[in-house]
Amino acid sequence: MLSYTIRRIGMLVPVLLGMTIVVFAIIRAIPGDPAQVILGQRATPEAIQQLTAKLGLDQPIYVQYGSYLMDLITGNLGESIRTGEQISKEMIPYLAATAELTIFAMAIAIIVGVNAGIISAWFQRSWFDYGAMIIALIGISMPIFWLGLMGQWFFSIQLDWLPTTGREEIRNPVDAVTNLYLIDTLINGRFDQFGEVFKHLILPGTALATIPMAIIARITRSSMIEVLNADYIRTARAKGLRMSWVVYRHALKNAVIPILTVIGLQTGLLLGGAILTETIFGWPGLGRYIVEAISYRDYPVIQSGILMIALLFVLVNLVVDLLYAAIDPRIKY
Amino acid sequence: MRKKWSMLGLILVLILSLALSACSNKSAGGKDGDEKAGEKSNAKDTLIYGRGGDSTSLDPITTTEGEAFKVTENIYESLLTYGDEDTTVQPGLAEKWEASDDGLTYTFHLREGVKFHDGTDFNAEAVVKNFDRWMNGDAEKFPYYTMFGGFKKDEGHVIKEIKATDEKTVVFTLKRPQAPFLKNIAMSPFGIASPAAIEKYGDDLRANPVGTGPFKFVEWKANDRIVLEKNEDFWMEGYPKLKQVIFKTIPENSARLNALQTGEIDLMDGLNPSDLSKVEGDKNLQLFKRPSMNVGYVGLTVTRKPLDNKLVRQALNHAVDKKAIIDSFYGGFAEPAKNPMPPSLEGYDDSVEEYPYDVEKAKALLKEAGFPNGFEMELWAMPVARPYMPEGMKVAEVLQASFEKIGVKAKIVTYEWATYLEKASKGEADSFLLGWTGDNGDPDNFIYTLLDKDSIGGNNYTYFSNPEMHDILIEAQTVTDQAKRNELYKKAQAIVHDEAPWIPLVHSTPMMAGMSDIANFIPHPTGTDLFTKVEFK
Repeated sequence: MLSYTIRRIGMLVPVLLGMTIVVFAIIRAIPGDPAQVILGQRATPEAIQQLTAKLGLDQPIYVQYGSYLMDLITGNLGESIRTGEQISKEMIPYLAATAELTIFAMAIAIIVGVNAGIISAWFQRSWFDYGAMIIALIGISMPIFWLGLMGQWFFSIQLDWLPTTGREEIRNPVDAVTNLYLIDTLINGRFDQFGEVFKHLILPGTALATIPMAIIARITRSSMIEVLNADYIRTARAKGLRMSWVVYRHALKNAVIPILTVIGLQTGLLLGGAILTETIFGWPGLGRYIVEAISYRDYPVIQSGILMIALLFVLVNLVVDLLYAAIDPRIKY
Repeated sequence: MRKKWSMLGLILVLILSLALSACSNKSAGGKDGDEKAGEKSNAKDTLIYGRGGDSTSLDPITTTEGEAFKVTENIYESLLTYGDEDTTVQPGLAEKWEASDDGLTYTFHLREGVKFHDGTDFNAEAVVKNFDRWMNGDAEKFPYYTMFGGFKKDEGHVIKEIKATDEKTVVFTLKRPQAPFLKNIAMSPFGIASPAAIEKYGDDLRANPVGTGPFKFVEWKANDRIVLEKNEDFWMEGYPKLKQVIFKTIPENSARLNALQTGEIDLMDGLNPSDLSKVEGDKNLQLFKRPSMNVGYVGLTVTRKPLDNKLVRQALNHAVDKKAIIDSFYGGFAEPAKNPMPPSLEGYDDSVEEYPYDVEKAKALLKEAGFPNGFEMELWAMPVARPYMPEGMKVAEVLQASFEKIGVKAKIVTYEWATYLEKASKGEADSFLLGWTGDNGDPDNFIYTLLDKDSIGGNNYTYFSNPEMHDILIEAQTVTDQAKRNELYKKAQAIVHDEAPWIPLVHSTPMMAGMSDIANFIPHPTGTDLFTKVEFK
């Protein structure tokens, strides 16, 4: 297991290197002069020229890439062109905000999705099965944008249960420690705020969870059905074991590999795909950080942001792969 | 293996209990909501202002972005300021001022007993230090300082010298008269910062603003919120009324309105014209109309065929039904434009006769120009919403249909915003939608900035160049007699009208919405609002 883990981690190096090249190249391919964009509609040509030189954008591409890579190796993500702040420092709150939202959304998606899938599989062709799969189908086809605004309209404006935007009650702000507010409020011993932060998570979290939840439910269902038809399950059932015992003890373990794959993929997608959700819910996360940077041609921020998402994606996949190996010893290769 | 699974089970139980606690929380929502409302009613001294974008800097001279000034206007004060509802020049940090007859010397008498937020005294020396800092910079660091004709090292720099003659008097000596000088001094970017803070923070002043204004800076969480609190030592007796102002970023207009309706914010800008009825139908809300100081237009690049022909440009002007556009996309809250500057500005020429919507006339002009069967061109549609152009793509579609009627086939083209501006500034568009919101309420800031030959490569995207008008505009920059200036600008407007480098479309009235208990809030035409007098009823 250890040697597999090391090998698997070693494989990350070329992947990461490739990522830096792709990200760097794609960004340079976007039309538009960053200096012009930074200085805005009111810029003079001289100022644009000066800024271009200062940013090193007048250097040949390979020189720019070389110095970029050197900086990365030393852990320096560079400065934001727009704010002048160190990106590595500036990015932390955004990263935490996105992480909190993603983890929350995935928790909802996994708990609801897996269980709905299991129940559907067990009671195949029942009303629950049909109902759940129809809902899953709708969930996959629903635009997040619409779902989010409708959620706000119904749960906030009509029912006044949940807040519409942000991460916290603005009039009662959280003292950030880790920037993961659920944890921060507990560290600070502010249980009232914990409730508020939780409420703020529900709408965006659910909106974000809809699609992965639906996909997980469908995959779980089909994977479980396959396993449930196996001989050893029939034996277990015949022995008169309780359903929950059969499902969670015997079946799930063997059905879990494809489910895990989907969960890994979906987590990666959520990390990058939270942009719309973050915009609608005024969530100050990584997606918005990057979108803002794009509209300002803030190259270093775009690069670092995309790289960070790619890195997280790769890491999630690493965890999934290692989990495979832990669950099913045959998978070590 | 068994152990692993029980571990997983434990985690699952933990997550489930967390979810359950959420449910119990949710069911207590009603009670919670009441508490929240109760809290709000005794805490009605915090104003939460929801807006679409975050500030880029809190050192106002380092940026040209309106979102930055919305905040800094309340932290800093300039020597002069504008009227509550207009851009007339009013006393700011300077109580009185005199200009010499030749327009070369301005003497400012400063307000007594003013302190910066860090406790240091405001005095003449502080003014000199601030201007010294700016004029020794460059356009990249301090972009708006170019309003004074460049920087210390530049030929065109207007300010020769700034002297503190005593503790409370500052004298500006100019190299040549600059008519909009006082209006410029009053702009938000020229807010006076504490010299001690400049020393201490250097470039980091952008995140640590220290001024003399009604509110002190407390906290800035990027892309989320900026918190200001009352300056207890503010010189204006009994002000500010509010204890706190919080600027909250919510990018999506509809989501921002949702937040307003639930009371999470108290005030919002960027109201969609299509959402007007929602605000009007809600008794807890009120509508605020910002006086119009903008223009939305179709630029006709005069260097590109066949738009280099004046008759063609005039024909296109005749082909547009502005009223229909206003009714459809501005909720009626705009007026048709006929000049390149809004009527609220001094020097506006109301005698200019609008090109009437007249398809036959347009066809006749095209025929006369040698295009009886029309021609093909590109029409660029703005990809972003601006107060002067809430729905660029749809307006472009209407224009396309209008042009079709006179045989002109317009192909709608759009680019991502930054690219759009860059390409248009290089003269690559045949015709394009764009607009401008004024900085200081001076006609120079519209006509010279947008249509003079000096501004080609800058904001003159039509490449319109008229030597006669150029002379007029330069003269208007140096003459300080306002009546004379107004005459000059009227002449310039007549030339623009006749040459028709634009189809002026609208001067829109940007809309805001707020809680009905907000009092004394007057939206300012510059788009930068001061909250000194605002309170809750």
